[in-house]
Amino acid sequence: MELSNERLAYLSLMREIEDFYYAEADMLDERDYDKWLALFADDVRYWMPIRKNVAFDNLARETTAEDDIAWIDDDKATLVKRVKQLMTGFHWAEEPISRVSHVVTNIRLTEAVTTIAEGATATVKSRFLIYRNRLETETDILVGRREDMLRRKGETFEVTRRKILIEQSVLRAKNLTVFF
Amino acid sequence: MSTPLGSAKSLVDTDNGEISREIFVNHDLYKQELEQIFGRAWLFVGHESQIPKSGDFFSSKMGEESVILTRDRAGKIHVFLNSCRHRGMKVCRYDEGNTTNFICPYHAWSYTTDGRLVGVQDYDNLYRPPFDKGEWGLVEVAQLANFHGTIWATWDKNAPSFEDYLGEATFGLAGALRAWDGSDGETELLGSVQKWIVPNNWKFIAENFAGDNLHVVSHRSVEMVGIGPGSNGRRDDYGEAKRAAYPGGHGIVYSLVPPKKTFVQYSASPVTSDYFQERWEKRLEKLGDQAGIFPLIGTIFPNMSFHGQQPRTLLLAHPRGPQETEMWRFYFVDKGAPAEVKEFLRRYYIRYSGPAGMTEQDDMENWNYASSASDGLIARRHPYHYKAGLGRGGKDPVIPGHVTTKEAPGTEQNPRALYKRWAEFMDAPSWDALR
Ligand code: FES
Ligand SMILES: [Fe+2]
Repeated sequence: MELSNERLAYLSLMREIEDFYYAEADMLDERDYDKWLALFADDVRYWMPIRKNVAFDNLARETTAEDDIAWIDDDKATLVKRVKQLMTGFHWAEEPISRVSHVVTNIRLTEAVTTIAEGATATVKSRFLIYRNRLETETDILVGRREDMLRRKGETFEVTRRKILIEQSVLRAKNLTVFF
Repeated sequence: MSTPLGSAKSLVDTDNGEISREIFVNHDLYKQELEQIFGRAWLFVGHESQIPKSGDFFSSKMGEESVILTRDRAGKIHVFLNSCRHRGMKVCRYDEGNTTNFICPYHAWSYTTDGRLVGVQDYDNLYRPPFDKGEWGLVEVAQLANFHGTIWATWDKNAPSFEDYLGEATFGLAGALRAWDGSDGETELLGSVQKWIVPNNWKFIAENFAGDNLHVVSHRSVEMVGIGPGSNGRRDDYGEAKRAAYPGGHGIVYSLVPPKKTFVQYSASPVTSDYFQERWEKRLEKLGDQAGIFPLIGTIFPNMSFHGQQPRTLLLAHPRGPQETEMWRFYFVDKGAPAEVKEFLRRYYIRYSGPAGMTEQDDMENWNYASSASDGLIARRHPYHYKAGLGRGGKDPVIPGHVTTKEAPGTEQNPRALYKRWAEFMDAPSWDALR
């Protein structure tokens, strides 16, 4: 089968995007936090709204709105502080450190584009499955969806917005010390 | 009901500051708590700003049980057990919404928002003689109170009024719920509620917010990093702290700011800082000498806690078992605050509290492993130590209650008062013995 140049460009872009996410997962699980922080734009919004049980005709309120209480609603400065806190050695919720694996899958570019020009953005959806185990037997499995706005920055991208939808209403984990 | 452990009082020696670990881990005692404490005490259910319109409802909990907070067609607020009178189905499985009727999804009995049973399948044909629907409405709480916008309820008709239940702690709770300019009840919830499950006994949470001034090292990392809205650390801290314990089991830590003209807060956001300064000036006019009294944190017995200054939150610690609690965090703000101020506060509040809260996370780790490490056979033989500041404190000229000031800042008087009341509830056969 002959692949058109357009098709090849699309496949190459998708590989680039997938690599971006796989590299991100490694940075997190290997605690390479400075590299991880560099993936986020200075004006990033890193947002995890809350999910609620609502009636069929009230589904607009199933996910909390942008000005409502969320699980997390961080800017870059707060993300930097979260990393700093992890590196103090006194953040008891992560001391000793948890063992974490990020599985990222279902990566999909929502727009029909084959390239992203310098400074241009694209929306990318993905699923996450995060396994955390700490101390002896404490275990959490956090599953959900992400919707990122990626902006082309030379050979790579930066995340300008990340929306995280966790598939729980009452959170079953005692804390959210992992990154998504 | 008694246990082989003897009376609750024998487990809680507050005169000597020693409390048995059994009360944090024992299953029989936990079952008794549900009945003796959560079946009789006044419990926080929600805030009136969650149900502004007729037909609005919010699903809450009292103890382990689901309840519905509603506003009926006439605008009256009710709290009902969320369980159908026919076969027990949960009549409302939504967290919030607006409705005219709660229609049971099992066999279609339907109830109005004032709890009346109005629809029964094939009623005319099946029930001869007809049964009285008036007797089969949703089970309603025995008493309900609206305290500056917060809604409280009890299942016990013999419980005293809510204000009597609070006693002198009324001063602190009313103060915590004030708008920053000192006007009563001019606060509202800042949106939705965070709900999450922590693996520890509910009382670790209650005693922490009643006033555990010794757990500074818990928050060492967040203090090093600084997440506050202006100055370093985790909040702008001003004034002198005073701890007040109340015979009703409530504990409040007050911060006293000198009532001088300028009071700089939230300097990271000029708009927010200006707003608070302007409200502070109004507060000085309105409250005079009392303007500088801020309830910083507190617990209203048994399981409602609050932050009254920075951040501003309400917390419920719903029991789910001796080693499991469902935490609910509600955040609140001045009703009249501009959108930009609310936005700044919203982000600050949730980086402080909740499961992603950089402060709360470290508390929860400690409660988790304190609880589980107390469950063992040998561990249970050795009581906890609550002796800090024993015999200290007394009457204070400005703050009601049993007050300890800087002479014993780490006093554990507030947790001691909470457990003293806990034991009284556990041993008392009825409210008559608790007054
Ligand atoms: S359980 Fe509700 S109608 Fe039968
Ligand atoms: Fe704390």
